[in-house]
Amino acid sequence: MNEFKELTWQGLWNNNPALVQLLGLCPLLAVTTTAINGLGLGLATLLVLVGSNITVSLVRNFVPNEIRIPIFVMVIAAFVTIVQLVMNAYTYELYLALGIFIPLIVTNCAIIGRAEAYASKNPVKESAYDGFIMGAGFALVLVFLGGMRELIGSGSLFSGADLLLGAWAVDLKIQLFTPEQPFLLAILPPGAFIGMGLIIALKNIMDTRMARWFAPKKEKVVARARVTTEAS
Amino acid sequence: MQFSLSSSPHNRVRRDTGQVMRMVCYACIPGVLAQTWFFGWGTIIQITLAMLTAVVTEATILELRKKNVSRGIRDYSAVLTALLLGICLPPLAPWWLVVIGTFFSIAIVKQLYGGLGFNMFNPAMTGYVVLLISFPISMSAWLPVQTMAQTSFGLFDALSLIFTGFTQTGYNLAQLQLGIDGITQATPLDAVRTGLLSGMTYSETLSATIFSSDWGWSYGWSNVALAYLFGGLVLLQQRIINWQMPFSMLLGVILTAGFLSMLAPDQTGSIIYHLFSGAVMFGAFFIVTDPVSGSTTDKGRIIFGLLIGFWTVIIRTYGGYPDAVAFAVVIMNIAVPLIDYYTQPRVYGHKS
Repeated sequence: MNEFKELTWQGLWNNNPALVQLLGLCPLLAVTTTAINGLGLGLATLLVLVGSNITVSLVRNFVPNEIRIPIFVMVIAAFVTIVQLVMNAYTYELYLALGIFIPLIVTNCAIIGRAEAYASKNPVKESAYDGFIMGAGFALVLVFLGGMRELIGSGSLFSGADLLLGAWAVDLKIQLFTPEQPFLLAILPPGAFIGMGLIIALKNIMDTRMARWFAPKKEKVVARARVTTEAS
Repeated sequence: MQFSLSSSPHNRVRRDTGQVMRMVCYACIPGVLAQTWFFGWGTIIQITLAMLTAVVTEATILELRKKNVSRGIRDYSAVLTALLLGICLPPLAPWWLVVIGTFFSIAIVKQLYGGLGFNMFNPAMTGYVVLLISFPISMSAWLPVQTMAQTSFGLFDALSLIFTGFTQTGYNLAQLQLGIDGITQATPLDAVRTGLLSGMTYSETLSATIFSSDWGWSYGWSNVALAYLFGGLVLLQQRIINWQMPFSMLLGVILTAGFLSMLAPDQTGSIIYHLFSGAVMFGAFFIVTDPVSGSTTDKGRIIFGLLIGFWTVIIRTYGGYPDAVAFAVVIMNIAVPLIDYYTQPRVYGHKS
């Protein structure tokens, strides 16, 4: 059980694929114009990651070491195709909105990275959980960054939720304020870079604060003051 | 008699950062006055708002960074950045525009990189580019010169327009933009740009009311540029700025504009038009000469200025925006480390 706890901590915070490993930055920066776009791509990545981790873990003892990378890539590509077809069938508008970035999940280094670093060395159950929690960590950052850019850019949150969740979700959209003109910088790519930098900085601040908080208190060492000269 | 020995330079003026920054601010005064004369009170209100925002932002961030706040404010660098940004904004732009721009300039462009002396990019111009990209409509809402406008307005009209969007008599910005002939007036750069795009020749676009002569001099706009040229020459005389950057930038503009108009006569603006429209004069003496984000070697400064002039004309002619000084400066700021690397001066006694 301890292994799972460690995996959770690693995936969500300590070794978060987006914030610490900085993997998969291309979709991260390009797609997160709204929280829902981020959520859509995050979920797709999560599904692929779980599927590929399970498969890679299952075949890990049969794959010749020399050609493992092409095999992993083919496994990942198969899962990406499945996810793409599913999204095409059920969430067509979101599929259009994410466009090229769904097939590009294949090239997301976070996925091949987990396959190589974890799933190819560990049993199925742990690998599946690792894929899930790494995917969740990635998706959370996507949603957070997307929400931030959407909020600063156009003052709303979860607009277009119906694209992902069905018609009832139209009401999920929250318009916090209505700007006279949208703050285009936040929606354009520079906003993604600046926002990402700010989030990483925030995480680093929290890490230092936490380290200081949990640090074992130094015991006070009383040094004896010598008032007389050393006897020689 | 005693001879004191010291290493060169021997003939120097003792000025601290605050004095230099204040001198640059004073040198802006003729230009700001001219701008106020031709375009109304808006400019002064924008500058005041920008300065307030800049000082508050600077103090807050210095406090967060646990730096000496009063020393950081007293070097007047934030005030100067705010002044330069305020000058560039359309005089009647809404108040949040200037607040966002100044905050971005100070907080992100300057302080996040480490404060005065560490910023890679020119704070005022980066703030301007951010605003131009984010709010293109507000940023292009320049008024016609006051004497050519259909409706004139006073100080309180300008105040209420900036904060509420309407003058006291209920006009909005779009109505104030009408010229005497009842047509919305653009800036000279805009007029020529749209004219050229719609297939007119350069000399045809000059016949628009905004130009007062056929060699590219636009009434009001060019007078403001002239006032900044005067302020810049004062700075040069006081040795606050070097001659290399401003003159090489102007030379860059002249060479590029001259070459382009030889290449395609009547399809691009003349040299005078490029020099005295938009921000070229202001940029050459007040923006490019930023000691922090510009090149630091003499040869490097010349290359830096030349290329800024080059990019300004190129982006004006072929780019998507009418004026390009800000873009050119930001582009060349990225190239500064490279320029400095290849133009390191030879130390006396060493081989190159």
